[in-house]
Amino acid sequence: MALESGQTRSAPEDWRRNSRGRELRERIVKVVLTACAYLSILTTFGIVFVLLFETIGFFRQVSIFEFLTSTEWAPPSGDFGILPLVYGTLMATMIAVIVALPLGLLSAIYLSEYASRGLRRYLKPALEILAGVPTVVYGYFALTFITPFLGNNVIPGIESFNALSAGLIMGVMIIPTVASVSEDAIFAVPRSLREGAYALGATKRETATKIVVPAALSGIVAAVILGVSRAIGETMIVTIAMGAQANWGGSPTESMQAMTAYIVQVVGGETPRGSVTYQSIFAVGSALFVMTLILNLVSYWFVRRFREIY
Amino acid sequence: MAQTTKVREEGAGQQRPEFKTATGTRYALDRLFTIVVTIATLAGVAVLAILLIDVFRDGAPRLSWEFITNPPSQIFPETAGIIRPLVGSLWLLGLTALISVPLGIGAATYLEEYAEDTLFNRITEINISNLAGVPSVIYGLLGLGIFVNLLGGLTGGQSAVTGALTLSLLILPVIIVATREALRAVPNAVREGGYALGATKWEIIRSHLLPMALPGALTGTILALSRAIGEAAPLLVVGASLYLTYNTTNPFDRYMALPIQIYDWISRPQDEFRVLAAASIIVIMVVLLLANSVAIVLRNRFQK
Repeated sequence: MALESGQTRSAPEDWRRNSRGRELRERIVKVVLTACAYLSILTTFGIVFVLLFETIGFFRQVSIFEFLTSTEWAPPSGDFGILPLVYGTLMATMIAVIVALPLGLLSAIYLSEYASRGLRRYLKPALEILAGVPTVVYGYFALTFITPFLGNNVIPGIESFNALSAGLIMGVMIIPTVASVSEDAIFAVPRSLREGAYALGATKRETATKIVVPAALSGIVAAVILGVSRAIGETMIVTIAMGAQANWGGSPTESMQAMTAYIVQVVGGETPRGSVTYQSIFAVGSALFVMTLILNLVSYWFVRRFREIY
Repeated sequence: MAQTTKVREEGAGQQRPEFKTATGTRYALDRLFTIVVTIATLAGVAVLAILLIDVFRDGAPRLSWEFITNPPSQIFPETAGIIRPLVGSLWLLGLTALISVPLGIGAATYLEEYAEDTLFNRITEINISNLAGVPSVIYGLLGLGIFVNLLGGLTGGQSAVTGALTLSLLILPVIIVATREALRAVPNAVREGGYALGATKWEIIRSHLLPMALPGALTGTILALSRAIGEAAPLLVVGASLYLTYNTTNPFDRYMALPIQIYDWISRPQDEFRVLAAASIIVIMVVLLLANSVAIVLRNRFQK
């Protein structure tokens, strides 16, 4: 065709006809891809909508003041004070942080400052596997290994469901989170700071603890906050190993119920949709969502801050 | 500036002999610190090892081919197996992959290749990193409210589709982040070369960018899917079954899942059931360790 009618005229025609199809396809593709990306906004709206909808229904029957300040949690008798559940969640979380903060931070220091490249290649994936262990497995371990171990060797009076075992294992679960985010922060500290410290005669430990860690502090804080947020939202470990009894002010060796564990307990039973108890899981879910959202945003802010400095 | 002066003053005030005596303790402390950080790092790995050994000791004697192929039981632990939860988990895995992979890659492609720096797009980005931090049990409540209650007519209520949709939303942020990183690693010259040859944006993406980003995206996807396989909390909330008398045969059937079965067996006080839980844990851990190894090998090859 091009030969018959002359190249100069037909080529642009071909081109135009072709390009119209291409343009249409480009536009369709862009719309589809955009829709995929904006699905995340829809997800957030979905979460907020579902939580709000049922929570408002809940607060029509239970006063918001009682919900936030009462220390009585007994849904069958209509007592909905969330504080005992928050206490259980925070107790386990605190124990988890006591485990994960030193171990995670020291691991991060080791991985970025001490480990040889070869060793790093094995240790990092091992830590990642630790992060990939299903939480029911951790729950099993806490219930059937840690609790009997503590009961036989350390704390004879420990209850078979208790906050201590759950918290300890949850701490192990969040080590990878704390370690990997802290390591990113430590890694981002410029080499010149380390070299400056060495030039002044500092030893490796002094450089690591007095120069590098303070310089990476905001990233490390972000890592810990993220770990706390993970621990607060963790469900299966506390459901399996910590118990299903709301307990306000109990000791770590006692059984208590976390917010997430309450949600699982209710959905496992035959609770009719629309009842106060059914709606209460959404109210507890809202509280959980708000707590983790605030922590995540604070952590995000800290991460950005340390990125801006260097 | 202030720091420099401070250091100088301290340096001037310090006597030489004092400095010499300090090195002994400082070096000793250094050696001690090296030991401490090494132990701290190994502690995590050690717990993982103890956990695996403990589970293996509890569950390995119970493992057999019949354990895989027998239906579960809440009454007869001697003959119970995991075929129904296993089938359910495979359905969940397949459906979740089918839903989340195209959506995740699509979203990542948009954000990395198309999105301009507008306020809305920035909000979308922050939103995705936030969604990654939302507890999985909250996704369960989302699934319960939307897929079970609101769209129950379409999804069949407490069906495998509902479970898969819920898990998909849960792991989408992970897939998006991994795919974006992989796309970002493709050199700009590839894009420019494509444009120079007259290719359109989508042609470049389809023929070059996505294939080049594949190993990285695949690694993230495998890790995300293996997380989905191990999730129990959201499935409990959207109504996975603790017991079924049949195998799930289509996506709109009710379903069991391996982590749910493990949870059910753990929560029974009799030791026989805990042994069953341990045996099931071995099965799920073998699957996950394999998936993780594949992902790690892929990534190491990709990074070279």
